[in-house]
This record gives sequence, C-alpha cells and structure tokens, in this order.
Amino acid sequence: MPKAMKAQEIARKVIDKEELFILDVRNQKEFADWKIEGDSVEVINVPYFDLLDGVESIMDKLPNENVLVVCAKEGSSMMVADLLEEAGVTGVSFLKGGMKAWSEYLEPVKVGDMSDGGELYQFVRLGKGCLSYMVISDGEAMVIDSNRMIQPYLDFAKEKNAKIVQVADTHLHADHISGGRALREETGAQYWLPPKDATEVQFDYNKLEDGNEITVGTTKVAAQAVYSPGHTIGSTSFIVDNKYLLTGDILFVESIGRPDLAGLAEDWVGDLRETLYSRYKELSDDLEVLPAHFANMSEVQDDGKVSAPLGELYKVNTGLNVEDEGEFRKMVTENLPPQPNAYQEIRQVNMGKLTPEEEEKREMEIGPNRCAVS
Amino acid sequence: MEANKVLDAKGLACPMPIVKTKKAMDEMNRGDILEIHATDKGAKADLAAWTDSSGHELVDQTEEEEVLKFWIKKG
Repeated sequence: MPKAMKAQEIARKVIDKEELFILDVRNQKEFADWKIEGDSVEVINVPYFDLLDGVESIMDKLPNENVLVVCAKEGSSMMVADLLEEAGVTGVSFLKGGMKAWSEYLEPVKVGDMSDGGELYQFVRLGKGCLSYMVISDGEAMVIDSNRMIQPYLDFAKEKNAKIVQVADTHLHADHISGGRALREETGAQYWLPPKDATEVQFDYNKLEDGNEITVGTTKVAAQAVYSPGHTIGSTSFIVDNKYLLTGDILFVESIGRPDLAGLAEDWVGDLRETLYSRYKELSDDLEVLPAHFANMSEVQDDGKVSAPLGELYKVNTGLNVEDEGEFRKMVTENLPPQPNAYQEIRQVNMGKLTPEEEEKREMEIGPNRCAVS
Repeated sequence: MEANKVLDAKGLACPMPIVKTKKAMDEMNRGDILEIHATDKGAKADLAAWTDSSGHELVDQTEEEEVLKFWIKKG
C-alpha cells in the first residue's frame, strides 16, 4: 500500500535538502500556477486523467523507487500511487491532504533569542510563501501576521508554556486570510491593526500607530511600531528587541512589496519609495529583516529561516538600488506579476465584510502569494 | 442540449467524476453527446483539460446551484 506522507515530512525534506521525486498529477494549469519547490526536489507533471489507462507511458520518466504522488486534494494521487505500485515501483507515497494541506502547513523555525531570555520564532508556510511570527517572553506571546490556520500557533504557545496576549497584522492582507480575529476570540488577546488599512473593517480592533510599544511578557520586550506605508497605506513595521525588523510586505529578502493590491498603485508609489529609501535607511544596518513573505526558495536559508541584515539588503536587493525615481515608479507599477488568487475577496474577508465557509476560504488561498513586484 | 446519455457524478470527489466520464465515453459512439452532472469544483478545470487531451469536445457547460453540468461530444 502506498504510504501517506504528511506535509510536515515534505517540509523537513525540502528544508534539509533531501532528495525528493514528485509526480504531480494535477492539471497543467494548476501545476504551472504553483507546485512544491526546493533545491533537492525534482518534479514532473502528468495529469491523473491522462493515466486512467495505466502508467506504462510514463514509466521511463520515473525512478523505480521513492516516488511521491501529489494532487489537489488527495484522491487522484492515491489512485495513481496504486497504479505505480502495481507497475512495480517501490516506496510509493502520496501527499496526505494534497496541495491544500501543503498550502496550509506551517513550519516553526527559531529566529533567535532576545535580550531578556525570550525567543522569536518564524512560522514558514512553504506552500504559500507566507511568513508569520511569534514573540515569546516570560510566559506571554505575541503573534504577528497570523495565518488563517490558528491551531499551530495555539499548540506552539502551549508547548512553550506561553499565553498569547497580543496579536497584530502589519497590514490588511490581500493574499491570505488573517487569523488575527480568530486568535483573539480563542485567546482573548488584543488585536492590533493599522487604522489607515482598517477604515472599512466591521469589527473592533486596537489602533496600531507609529511609535506604539506593545508589551509581551513582564520584562517589556518592546514591539515598536514603525509606520511604513507603500504596500498598503497603513503598512506598519515592527522593531522587536532593537534587533529584529519585521517589514511586513514592504521589504522582502530578494524583492520589495507591490503597491497595487488595493487598487492604488500610482498613489502609493511615493510612500513606498519614502519608506524604503529614507525611513528604513535611518534604521540600524544591523537589524535583521524578517519579511511577511518569500517568493523563491533561494530566500530560504539552510535552517529554514528567511531573513537578512538590513545593511546587506541595501547592497544586494535590486529594489533598494534604483537611483532614478521615474525608473522606480516604472518598476513597481508596470509589468507586475498577476495578482494573488481571489485577492479582492480575501481583503473583504479580512475586513469582516465577507464570511465564507471554511472550504471557500481554503479555495481562495490556493496558489502563490505574489505580493512582491517580481 | 440533447444528450445521448446522462451521467450523474454528483457527490463524487476527484478522480471519480473523470473516471466515470471516461468509462461512459468508452461505451459511446463517435459524435454522441454525454451530459455530466458533478458537484466537485475541481471537475471544471479537469474535465475541460481531459476532453482536450483525449480528443473529445466540451460543447457546453453550466453551473446552477452548486451543480456543474457538462456536455461532451465524443471525438
């Protein structure tokens, strides 16, 4: 019987660069849109509906052992995995829960220690490129840019004997549904949002404003809010423990944020430039940049973490090195990649204007995040 | 549209709608039209891609109250 492989096992293999051969049996369009990627991953695409008469036609493209079959939900990959086994391939497995499970899996990676003995963790959502954070200090925790799936945060906090008391979003997300409100309901935490992004939200929230200091733990690890508009008008960064800069969707490791997802690219270009070319420049070069997304596996380090020193990014990130303002304007408004799947509906959900069923929410989030300009 | 046969694949999850469609098509004659009813949203893109790759023709499709309907002409 083919073995069910969990998304978590695949995440470990991808991060540890263990060899993995994947037969992706979704249709070509979905495959072209997004897939499991990694330095050690080899993947081929043959839709399951082309294999209904058997797998003989593709046997020469496959290794004769250790093949992982993946599809959208699970059913088709199980069928094809059975066929492979019958054809004599050994060590056949299928992705449990399909690409939906892959899209939702969060891998916690330790970023570092804080001066008061607390810790900072990054939750890497490999399947979608979303990064969220948990600051833990003296029995308390703060979650920043939470994903829709809140159980991993609840479990992790429990494991660390910490109570989630603060939740914040750096901006109103357009690529994924925020778990902020759900976390508040579950834990009674304070939920912070930048008011300029929240003018249309249908629920109460704490106003996250420039200079706010949010306390986590009794030793006052400050999450200092830095207003940094550009991706959205309210976009706000956090400086945690004077050491880490959580940039949201403004600055990524290999790219910069796109200003068009709320439909106001032209208006926000100036803000984006101001944030990247002056506001951030005034900050210490030693700050470790921790973005809310990555787009390429090359941004993921060997230990699974996605980060870089701010000073380093000013040298190597092309988005930070466009002298000419006109050129910059062109770069962030023209030839942008397609927008994330269902981004307008996702914004509505995050405002509390739409309340779809869980299954619909999962569908909306399928695919890559595409929050960067390239 | 007048179909030669109607296949009820409602409530079935991927890959069954296509497995059943293929089986039904195998038993039909060239030029015949099969009407398929399904509820699995994935069927939409997959049936279209499958008809392409298998030489059939997706003549029409509709969506009414969660039920997806397809008309495929055997090629």
